[in-house]
Amino acid sequence: MTQYAHQPVFLTGDEFSIPTFSLLSPEGEPYSEGDAPTLEKDHARRIYHAMLATRILDERMLAAQRQGRLSFYMQCTGEEAAVVGATAALDDADMVMAQYREQGALMYRGFSIDEFMNQLFGNELDYGKGRQMPIHYGSRKLHYMTISSPLATQIPQATGYAYGQKMAGDGHCTLTFFGEGAASEGDFHAALNMASVHQVPVIFFCRNNGYAISTPAVEQFAADGIAPRAFGYHMHVIRVDGNDILAVYEATRQAREIAVERNQPVLIEAMTYRLAAHSSSDDPSGYRSKNEEEAWRVKDPLLRMQKWLLAKGWWSEDEEANEQESLRREVLDTMKRAEKRSPPPLESLISDVYADVTPALQQQFDHLKQHIRRYPEAYPRGAKSLDLSVSTDADSQGGE
Amino acid sequence: MPTMNMLQAINNALDIAMAEDEKVICFGEDVGIFGGVFRATSHLQEKYGKARCFNTPLVEQGIIGFANGLAAQGSVPVAEIQFADYIFPAFDQIVNETAKFRYRSGDLFNVGGLTIRTPYGGGIAGGLYHSQSPEAYFTHTPGLKVVVPRNPYQAKGLLLASIRDPDPVLFLEPKRLYRAAVGEVPEDDYQLPIGEAEIIKEGSDITLVGWGAQMEVIGKAVELAEEQGINCEVIDLRSLLPWDADTVAESVLKTGRLVVSHEAPLTGGFAGEIAATIQSRCFLYLESPIARVTGLDTPFPLVLEKEYLPDHLKIFEAIRESVNF
Repeated sequence: MTQYAHQPVFLTGDEFSIPTFSLLSPEGEPYSEGDAPTLEKDHARRIYHAMLATRILDERMLAAQRQGRLSFYMQCTGEEAAVVGATAALDDADMVMAQYREQGALMYRGFSIDEFMNQLFGNELDYGKGRQMPIHYGSRKLHYMTISSPLATQIPQATGYAYGQKMAGDGHCTLTFFGEGAASEGDFHAALNMASVHQVPVIFFCRNNGYAISTPAVEQFAADGIAPRAFGYHMHVIRVDGNDILAVYEATRQAREIAVERNQPVLIEAMTYRLAAHSSSDDPSGYRSKNEEEAWRVKDPLLRMQKWLLAKGWWSEDEEANEQESLRREVLDTMKRAEKRSPPPLESLISDVYADVTPALQQQFDHLKQHIRRYPEAYPRGAKSLDLSVSTDADSQGGE
Repeated sequence: MPTMNMLQAINNALDIAMAEDEKVICFGEDVGIFGGVFRATSHLQEKYGKARCFNTPLVEQGIIGFANGLAAQGSVPVAEIQFADYIFPAFDQIVNETAKFRYRSGDLFNVGGLTIRTPYGGGIAGGLYHSQSPEAYFTHTPGLKVVVPRNPYQAKGLLLASIRDPDPVLFLEPKRLYRAAVGEVPEDDYQLPIGEAEIIKEGSDITLVGWGAQMEVIGKAVELAEEQGINCEVIDLRSLLPWDADTVAESVLKTGRLVVSHEAPLTGGFAGEIAATIQSRCFLYLESPIARVTGLDTPFPLVLEKEYLPDHLKIFEAIRESVNF
């Protein structure tokens, strides 16, 4: 229905104000105006366990990176409720396409500490065969798409994946995580537009953590966060307190209903804060104040959930201490194991480029093997996976 | 056997693929009821419904991003980029995502079902943004396959092979030949091999290599050369990634001479790759330097298109110079 105005009307969007959905106070007490949370005890404990395990894994692995044992690491710290809460509201067979900081989702779905370590150290058991930097996890079994470094590329892919799910009629959806920084990329806009036009069961989950590496939100966008962009795409949108586990869970649960039952996309903007550095290569002290960080530390999503669980009698101080201790031990033990494992075999250099190794690639590989046999000490990892006892024969044949 | 032009052959291949497998989904700008700006997807929406053949918004990076996700899910997307000149907004999704999906996940996930169709090349008075041959940007990317048919029969057989190939394929369609190339095309399902060149004509004095629309131009040059008593061997690569170096090398070992021709600019063009490989494999057998006949190192012009293009006379001259070296 077209409305006409006979004087010019310029709008800025300031007319819209999007509230932030929250159910738990910073003290972990449910707001009386909120609807009673629907989380069962076992489910709540599973969620908390995943958040705690993610926090401890992150602490230990950042330390390991500082000790030079790992080349790189990224922490989820401060955003555990957003990531784990959203994942917990999905069916475990729904697809998750994450950006890079969402190890909590994998933790919730049962990726073992061993599996994390194998990827982080790129050993022979790493599903990714030691090809990607640490934290680029993937699990087909757990419906978690392998991480890709280029920013935002997973967002339109999530739209396509979810379209396939709709066509298959299996009642599943895709949730894609991204930061507010990634929402500047063209891929973000392409993804939302296509999802909206084609009625796709996809949930776009923005972790608005305040910083794109060192660039603060005020230098990233002029509007009121990411949420208002949904209006332009005629899409359902909700803004949620990303440090409030119950609100994130409930918002995502309802978003999933819209996605799966009505085949409509939903945008969720979770307001949170990246308590840690962007990555192990970053130092936030150069661009933000300790005071700012402290103000957010008080809103730590883990503490808030812990208080809520304790108040309900679903968790105890003893359990907390025991669980922390056992997780720390598990992380350290598995790390030592993963570090000692062999690197991926040399053949992993040329496998999976195509479904079958091409003749040209095989030829290049044969040439490389011959070279490594000649200079094994210069390529210790490659030489380790070659059977050097045959090297003399190969060398004596010479040439190609 | 029915006669078809290249568009009809492509349309027929898509029809067969969609009828056979309900996971095959065609989409792109204007491909729906309109059938695409060139009508390659005519009647597919009527036959298979809006869910399996549809228009997308005008967003190439979105089309390929969407296609990547859809292929990863297990569907078989055939995405159309309206002109190869407009594939660059999707460059990141193609070279960083499509090409690396299987490798980076250790084969946990792949987008092997994906085929990207796009019209390329000049000769249609299209100027710089409707005439480019961007194949070399993609042949530098491990994980992709790049296929170029030269006539309707090839187009159908190679497109069906591409759709069913376990790897993602960039399928470049010579748009100058869409309606100009007409030939007999079997109505039945058939596939032509990806990665194998075809020797179109055997000969003993010199080898000519090309692909796509350039094969017709090479054919005309060969006619001129044969009138002069030069016996030419003509090879259509059909597939640029992977490319059939064995067939070309065997031919050059026999003839001792090689001319490669493509429309794209000379510098960094795929002819350079062929020349380097053949030089290393046939060095002692070469009777003359390998010649490249290509477009100029400029954007594609509008009015002086004929001057820019590597036509049959330029190829004929390269043949003469090789033989008389």
